[in-house]
Amino acid sequence: MEVFLAILAGALYAAGLYMLMRRSIVKLIMGLSLLGHAANLLIFTVGRVTRANPPVIGHEADMLHAPFADPLPQALILTAIVIGFGVQAFAIVLVKRAYQTVGTDDFDQMRSTDRYEDELFK
Amino acid sequence: MRTSIILSTASRYLLPLMPLFSIFLLLRGHNEPGGGFVGGLVAAAAFALYAFAHNVKEARKALRVEPRRLIGVGLFIAVGSAALSVFNGKPFMTGLWYKEVPVLGKLGTPFLFDIGVYLVVVGVTLTIIFSLAEGE
Amino acid sequence: MNILLILPILIPFITGIILILAWNNQLGQKTLSVVGASLLLATGVGLLLSVWEDGIQVVQIGNWPAPFGITLVADLLSAIMVVLAGLMSTSVIIYSLTSMDPERESFGYHPLFHILLMGICGSFLTGDIFNLYVWFEVMLISSFVLVALGGEKAQLEGGIKYVTLNLISSAIFLVAVGILYGMVGTLNMADLANQLDNAKQPGLVTTLAILFMIAFGLKAAMFPLFFWLPSSYHTPPVAVSAIFSGLLTKVGVYTLIRAFTLLFVQDVEYTHTILLVASGLTMLTGVLGAAAQNEFRRILSFHIVSQIGYMVMGLALYTPLALAGSIFYIAHHIIVKTNLFLVSGVVHRLRGSYHLKQLGGMYHLYPMLAILFLIPAFSLAGIPPLSGFWAKFVLIKAGLQQGEYAIVATALVVSLLTIFSMTKIWGEVFWKPELESSEVTENPPLSSLLHLVLPVAALAAITVMIGLFSEPLFILSTRAAEQLLNREAYIQAVLGLGVQ
Repeated sequence: MEVFLAILAGALYAAGLYMLMRRSIVKLIMGLSLLGHAANLLIFTVGRVTRANPPVIGHEADMLHAPFADPLPQALILTAIVIGFGVQAFAIVLVKRAYQTVGTDDFDQMRSTDRYEDELFK
Repeated sequence: MRTSIILSTASRYLLPLMPLFSIFLLLRGHNEPGGGFVGGLVAAAAFALYAFAHNVKEARKALRVEPRRLIGVGLFIAVGSAALSVFNGKPFMTGLWYKEVPVLGKLGTPFLFDIGVYLVVVGVTLTIIFSLAEGE
Repeated sequence: MNILLILPILIPFITGIILILAWNNQLGQKTLSVVGASLLLATGVGLLLSVWEDGIQVVQIGNWPAPFGITLVADLLSAIMVVLAGLMSTSVIIYSLTSMDPERESFGYHPLFHILLMGICGSFLTGDIFNLYVWFEVMLISSFVLVALGGEKAQLEGGIKYVTLNLISSAIFLVAVGILYGMVGTLNMADLANQLDNAKQPGLVTTLAILFMIAFGLKAAMFPLFFWLPSSYHTPPVAVSAIFSGLLTKVGVYTLIRAFTLLFVQDVEYTHTILLVASGLTMLTGVLGAAAQNEFRRILSFHIVSQIGYMVMGLALYTPLALAGSIFYIAHHIIVKTNLFLVSGVVHRLRGSYHLKQLGGMYHLYPMLAILFLIPAFSLAGIPPLSGFWAKFVLIKAGLQQGEYAIVATALVVSLLTIFSMTKIWGEVFWKPELESSEVTENPPLSSLLHLVLPVAALAAITVMIGLFSEPLFILSTRAAEQLLNREAYIQAVLGLGVQ
């Protein structure tokens, strides 16, 4: 199982990085979100995938029975997903506004921040 | 924009039902799966669906309050619940419990915190969705 | 428990909430914003005094004992950083009372500013590595919005670059935290420090150290990861640039210092050598980049990169004196760099341009402003007796003690080049006669721009004071550095008092 998850995370990283390096800003967003998923999956995998009881103390018991799964990696992932949700929503809004204002979705055209002077003195 | 009549009719019935379900999720959240975050998302989904089926203006009217205000109030409740323990001489965010109540379950500051989270999630999600949809 | 530890997070948060609730009341927002920022400054000073008197302060959030719950820790370095955050936010908020346009204010400039501050203070105070990630995100999301707020073309372009590279850094950070947890099973920094020393796979620890170095280095704009900074910092309004330049990259430097003094000191030979080489290259590329620029704020942005090199240099040398130099340098740099950005804003306000070729004659018209520029500019270049001189002096002395002559030589050359850049601004903006084509006809007196000039003058005064009376700050930095190198005390403070 770990091997499969590791390959999957690797594939997600590859796909995410590939998308990041394209010139379109829409693909950039997809790349970022793929990177986020890859990171989450990786945390899930290194947090040890086991067949064990859920880490919840039942109504009758007053302590956990070993073997129980470690809940913390999942808590981390959950937090990361929530944060990723907010960040991506913002990134989409930003990209949309940028597309409307700059009038292109091509990164090669978005260099006025680095070529400020040429534009000013043309 | 044309919307399907099925969607617009359904959304009208879902508008009260989904928030109701979301409150169920909120209350259930203490010991079982559920909680403020999921509940908030479900409630926000109801209004988002309504906005898609009709329009944003109608959805804003159905919500009655500014989503931004919900964020503020929600954050306020959350911080307040976390700060209550400081006045009791315990570290910040220590849970204080009142007692068991029939329908609501065990009352305490974590529950208040969850209500805050619920409101913040509704507010944030709807702010994003509404402003995206209005920018069309 | 110590309430002063939570207040630096709570004050900006509550201020932010009230500001959200009072969204449409502009006058109320401004007042509250100033009050919130000055309260933060006051608590910061209180915290510093309390840490100075009683040593490292610890609070276990939610009363959960140490390695399990989230811990807030304030040692001297954190406390110094909180004070600086308070000082910068107060000056920038006063500055933006006049400089910020009502449009941006009505879109939530003030609430965002305070949420940003909350993220910054949270990052300084947390003792839990995943919590640090969360504070980073709080800080980043609000900074994303602040960069893009207003929606000008350059802002949106710069914003995309800023957002993308910072998100990549967050993704790397997150993965590193995940692997770290998978390896040692704890997230509490004190506990981590304990566990990492006895880790079974030292090779993996070093790999993780490099992952963290990349993640934090990106935030700190270290070579070769700095490209986002000069393409985005000059795009938002100057108040936003100023607070970013003062505090955001310094959060990256702070976390680098924290990680490479507390957590990853198992293979100092390897990791700190990389840091040393990177710091030299950071200084050099930053200053050379600045030499090619002709826009006020872009020059300053490149100089941020160059200065980050000095701070990392102190960390890389890893001796008490070098670390003290780093901390001294951070304090000096935050004040001076913010001030320079604010001065560029005043010039823009008076002349409507940031471009060196379009400016001129400011010395003739505004001699006071020229002096207010010269103080931070000379301090940045390290001319005695201003604060920058002492900061560089300590670092270079530490470098000589260690026998690292290459980095000392680099630091000195970069200082010279910094003078070149500052002279360029001086010559173009202040000294050369005003352009004949200039369309600006009115020259309002500086006293009419009180909100703009007051923070500039105050920060310049602090720079001079640090220069003339550098002893107290130096003693403070030395003690902070000793505290950083004494890991046992930190671990003891967090874990020893764990069960209350």
